[in-house]
Amino acid sequence: MTGVEAVILTIITAATPLLLASIGELVVERSGVLNLGVEGMMIMGAVTGFAAAYTSGSALAGVAVSLGTGIVIALLFAYLTQTLVTNQVATGLALTLFGLGLAGMIGENFTGLPGVRLPNLQIPVLTDLPFIGPVVFGQDPLVYASIAITVLVAWTLARTRIGLVIRATGGNHHSAHALGFRVIAVRYACIAFGGACAGLAGGYLSLVYTPQWIENMTAGRGWIALALVVFSTWAPRRVAIGAYLFGTVWIMGLWAQGVGIAVASQLLSALPYLATIAALVLISGNRFLTKANTPACIGQPFVPDR
Amino acid sequence: MKKLLIVALALMLTVAAFGQDKLKVGFVYVGPIGDHGWTYQHHDGLLAVQEEFGDRVETIYVENIAEGPDAERAITRMAREGAGLIFTTSFGFMDPTINVAANFPDVKFEHATGYKRADNVAIYSARFYEGRYIIGQIAAQMSESGVAGYIASFPIPEVVRGINAFLLGAQTINPDFKLKVVWVNTWFDPGKEADAAKVLIGQGADIITQHTDSTAPLQIAEEQGVVGFGQASDMIKFAPTAQLTSVIDEWAPYYVARTRAVLDGTWESTDTWDGIAPGMVRMAPYTNMPDEVKALAMETEAAIVSGELHPFKGPIYNQEGEMVIGEGEALDDGTLLGMNWYVQGVDDKLPG
Repeated sequence: MTGVEAVILTIITAATPLLLASIGELVVERSGVLNLGVEGMMIMGAVTGFAAAYTSGSALAGVAVSLGTGIVIALLFAYLTQTLVTNQVATGLALTLFGLGLAGMIGENFTGLPGVRLPNLQIPVLTDLPFIGPVVFGQDPLVYASIAITVLVAWTLARTRIGLVIRATGGNHHSAHALGFRVIAVRYACIAFGGACAGLAGGYLSLVYTPQWIENMTAGRGWIALALVVFSTWAPRRVAIGAYLFGTVWIMGLWAQGVGIAVASQLLSALPYLATIAALVLISGNRFLTKANTPACIGQPFVPDR
Repeated sequence: MKKLLIVALALMLTVAAFGQDKLKVGFVYVGPIGDHGWTYQHHDGLLAVQEEFGDRVETIYVENIAEGPDAERAITRMAREGAGLIFTTSFGFMDPTINVAANFPDVKFEHATGYKRADNVAIYSARFYEGRYIIGQIAAQMSESGVAGYIASFPIPEVVRGINAFLLGAQTINPDFKLKVVWVNTWFDPGKEADAAKVLIGQGADIITQHTDSTAPLQIAEEQGVVGFGQASDMIKFAPTAQLTSVIDEWAPYYVARTRAVLDGTWESTDTWDGIAPGMVRMAPYTNMPDEVKALAMETEAAIVSGELHPFKGPIYNQEGEMVIGEGEALDDGTLLGMNWYVQGVDDKLPG
């Protein structure tokens, strides 16, 4: 394996969990809901996915369970914020704390156990091609899934009736309601989708990235995913760019040290965050970009007929 | 009503009886117990204390305490809860520990890996560098490319000393041995540690070693068919064919001894820095290596235990090529504790 190839492969694995989590959160926010519980859903997906894969011996079963767990936790959030109309910011934060704690408890019996890794794609001939093979045809299935989901979300939001309804719900829930759309139901579905993606992102960490369960293994990635959604001004294409940009800056920081480029490592560690902030500043300076997709109703509670 | 009073009184008495001679021993951890590395080993010490003294002590702990102002809050709370002895188990807890200790003169504090003491603050650390010297020697014999990757956390003397010891060990076998250092600026982020390992392997390192707390780098080594070393605990389960050995921290005997000292009333502020000989540092079984490599490792270990070999014996040159210490002498503890320079041959510039 050449150096460049190793770097590209590492960037892809670093970007994938971020992309998965942020594309899910993007849909949630486009429907007008702010779910700050991404980190909590991710960590729950990570622990349950690991547990399922470890007990069943099948990494695919682990992936399915991660996804399911994400949905269940997200539905809990949906019930609280949509049905009981609790404050979304507080509920989301509580969800993160709850998820981290519960995952630690569930995972107690699973720490220190070697995990099952989701195998990489292996297509005869194609995967054996030099360079192109491993990079394009030799990734794990979730890498392809993350890209497929992104394309699907972009297409759905832009070109389909469902997408229009989601955007209407996020843009003005009173109008959407007056038009006869079931705002709460749409938001339930979007929150569940976001949960599924966050769960998958967590599963990616414990089944592919570092196939084991370690407490706090998400290490703040849920928060980065949240920032990426804003960074992308709620556009799916830019979420993908953002996730890969973040992954690239992240890995290049490590790479530069390995080849002995004399830049302070503290600066390199901060660089992905600085890049995100810089991009945010640039974007918020552009009125067109910020106005275009920003869901006007984000974070606002909706109670029908009030 | 009378009955209720009697019950209440009885309850109060039992509580009082319990509270009397039971010593509360508190532990403040920087990471989660489940890291299977640094914090895991400290928690092992807590369990040993509980088992040794049973009803005479009550152990409490907090996990995932960030180094910095939050640590002060956590330590204060522990002292307020009535802990009589508190172990703060990370370098970054040094100033918070000193600050809190000033407010609670009757509470005994023990800070790991720092250098500030007070009348009620003792310090302790382990001479991990002895183990790192041994693994450096093994690395130089096992490496085909002659390049090792070192995943480092923060540029503090503790970590720098480990890097230097590793390279000095390696240079006894191969004077041209190269060491690539990547600073990840975290003690614990499995994903980032794994990324660093992948990048280092991609750059030609065929030995992976780390001064961070998770098992992830070793797992990557296993996955990519290179070898490496465990950190803080025996990580063989994660890398059955990749772990050569591991430098294990053995805090339990120290924690038991210090708790006993408080119970007996003989506790004093001390400065403990123990290595392999007293058993504070232990090497995991030497595996996945040829017999002659193993034999040399055991020989070196024995020489360190007997005091015959000091990993930082002269002559030692720094990166500028200046001689720091000459033939026949070894660096003293003060120099080692404040080490903020690389020895000759480290392929890295020490971050500010």
